[in-house]
Amino acid sequence: MKFDTDTYREILDALMRNKRRSFLTGFGIFWGLFMLLFLIGGGNGLKQLLEKNFEGFATNTVIIAANETTKPYKGFKEGRSWNLQYKDIERLKAMVPELEVVTPLLPEWGRTATRDEHNASCSVKGVEADYVKVQAPTMKFGRYLNQVDVMHKRKVCVIGERVWKTLFPDGDDPCGQYICVGGIYYQVIGVDVCTSNINLWGNSADEVTIPFTVMSDIMNSGDKVGVICTVGGPGVNMNELEGRIRQVIARQHYIAPDDKEAMRLLNMEVMFSIIDNLFRGINFLIWLVGIGTLLAGAIGVSNIMLVVVRERTVEIGIRRAIGATPRDILTQIILEGIVLTTVAGMSGIVFSVLLLNLFEVITKHQAVFQIQFGTAVAALLLLMLLGLLAGIAPAYRAMHIKPVDAMRDE
Amino acid sequence: MLIDLHNIHKTYNNGQPLHVLKGIDLGIGEGEFVSIMGASGSGKSTLLNILGILDNYDEGEYWLDGKLIKNLSEKEAAHYRNRMIGFVFQSFNLINFKTAVENVELPLYYQGVSRKKRNELAMHFLEHFGLADWAMHYPNELSGGQKQRVAIARALITNPRILLADEPTGALDSKTSVEVMDLLTELNRTEKVTIIVVTHESGVANCTDKIIHIKDGIIGETTLNEQHKASIFGTTTIMK
Ligand SMILES: Nc1ncnc2c1ncn2[C@@H]1O[C@H](COP(=O)(O)OP(=O)(O)OP(=O)(O)O)[C@@H](O)[C@H]1O
Ligand SMILES: [Mg+2]
Repeated sequence: MKFDTDTYREILDALMRNKRRSFLTGFGIFWGLFMLLFLIGGGNGLKQLLEKNFEGFATNTVIIAANETTKPYKGFKEGRSWNLQYKDIERLKAMVPELEVVTPLLPEWGRTATRDEHNASCSVKGVEADYVKVQAPTMKFGRYLNQVDVMHKRKVCVIGERVWKTLFPDGDDPCGQYICVGGIYYQVIGVDVCTSNINLWGNSADEVTIPFTVMSDIMNSGDKVGVICTVGGPGVNMNELEGRIRQVIARQHYIAPDDKEAMRLLNMEVMFSIIDNLFRGINFLIWLVGIGTLLAGAIGVSNIMLVVVRERTVEIGIRRAIGATPRDILTQIILEGIVLTTVAGMSGIVFSVLLLNLFEVITKHQAVFQIQFGTAVAALLLLMLLGLLAGIAPAYRAMHIKPVDAMRDE
Repeated sequence: MLIDLHNIHKTYNNGQPLHVLKGIDLGIGEGEFVSIMGASGSGKSTLLNILGILDNYDEGEYWLDGKLIKNLSEKEAAHYRNRMIGFVFQSFNLINFKTAVENVELPLYYQGVSRKKRNELAMHFLEHFGLADWAMHYPNELSGGQKQRVAIARALITNPRILLADEPTGALDSKTSVEVMDLLTELNRTEKVTIIVVTHESGVANCTDKIIHIKDGIIGETTLNEQHKASIFGTTTIMK
């Protein structure tokens, strides 16, 4: 095969001067590549948008909550209510040393925070300082609660983004100011703008977080704890710890060892792995659909080129009659296929990149939709290979057109 | 003899076998201007295609300039078609998405001649044929006579020794037919190109020096026509 500029002029002429034909032939490839890249980019962006909801949340968290018993045990009837106690925290720490964090949480919903004439509905949660290891805050102003706040029962709070924006419409740093929740004034010490929505006790933007001890006093809950959050150390499999956690608490509260209903264990690890699997599935579908469309495009190109070669029988016959060798014809058709798929594919790449960029603008750059440069290059190489393959059958047919075919009536 | 045919047979095998050429013996010397006449379906085009190495034959021998044209490789055949033989078709067979000049230079493309040189040479030919103004036009913008002259220019650009024309005036009116035949006559006289024209028309045949009649797949009588008096319509017109 010769690859001089003259050959390319000849090929470009043949393609450019039959624009409609070339367009129709290339469209399948254009669409296939566009779909593949757009789906990859879109899938990634969507994943990132969704992942924002889990931001800062420790993935190996198990949350423990009490529920009514469903089995009689040690003289207690079924249907008994019980509560987690602060002592359970000490017990868990002692009996299950693999747990890095064991921290209590007392939530309360449907409260209203006020400041001057501003009102914001909110949920209140009392936590200890090490709650940050369960869910890392994203502090916009000030600081998070610390253990001194908890020990001294300071009336301080960290507020969520929406509470801050509603109570401080000017958008000023609210630290040092006071807000009122349920008749008690708290000094704001920080604003947490974490986007995580995994919060089981309401949207973090609507939250007012106060020291656990203060919450405990307000609710007059004594030794009671709403839920206990535990986080495993690095490399600890929370699934394997679940049984021991149950055992430690069940024994203390006279709950039948096989009464699963009496104690809710929410294993975030399982949830995260479900979501992970979901995305793996989505990704698989994306590739399946994308590659499928691309392949269909390539087969389409091959098919149309076959028809086109038949249509061009006389032209090719003339070329043969004036001295083209079968190899000249073969080269021409294969190169035409490659050039066509490359140009069409590049347009597909450019179009998908532009559209993905638009998505980024629309979603205010919260996520990266754009495909990586390497992906585009790989797609281009794949494309040229497909172009080569697509051209083979038509070129083979064209090669067998004989000079006498120039005589055929059109 | 430049062209020597011995007992050429050709059978088409599409469905019902059709024995078209039944033993053609023919010799044509260098610089001759010959026409082949015969009834429709008598095998004139078939014979010309074999002469032009556009098609192959089943039996016999075809010697071209001392070389046996049989079982040639595609490359060799292409080489002969490109360098030795120019072919002119009844329906012109120009490539419609190429301009006149691009059509003319195409045989040189397959010789690997540079674009610039091709273009120069093609323009030179078109000028010679009075088509310089039409060089950048596409075939569908040309008249039949212009198209056929472009086609002849294309056939001649590689400077072939033989020009084969299958009813070159078949699609032209009598006036343009005369123009085309004058062009061929001039080529034969000045460039010494060996020309073989297949035709139905006695007027066209009359322009040539020798008329070969083909009938039922064999060569019938051969008329010498040096005086160009074969046509009852006179020597300067071609009646349609
Ligand atoms: N490719 C082909 N396949 C089958 N039969 C063919 C083919 N080409 C020609 N024939 C048949 O061979 C016979 C001779 O054809 P040819 O074209 O040589 O005739 P011709 O003398 O040129 O006729 P015309 O004056 O009409 O052009 C005809 O009967 C034709 O139908
Ligand atoms: Mg014919």
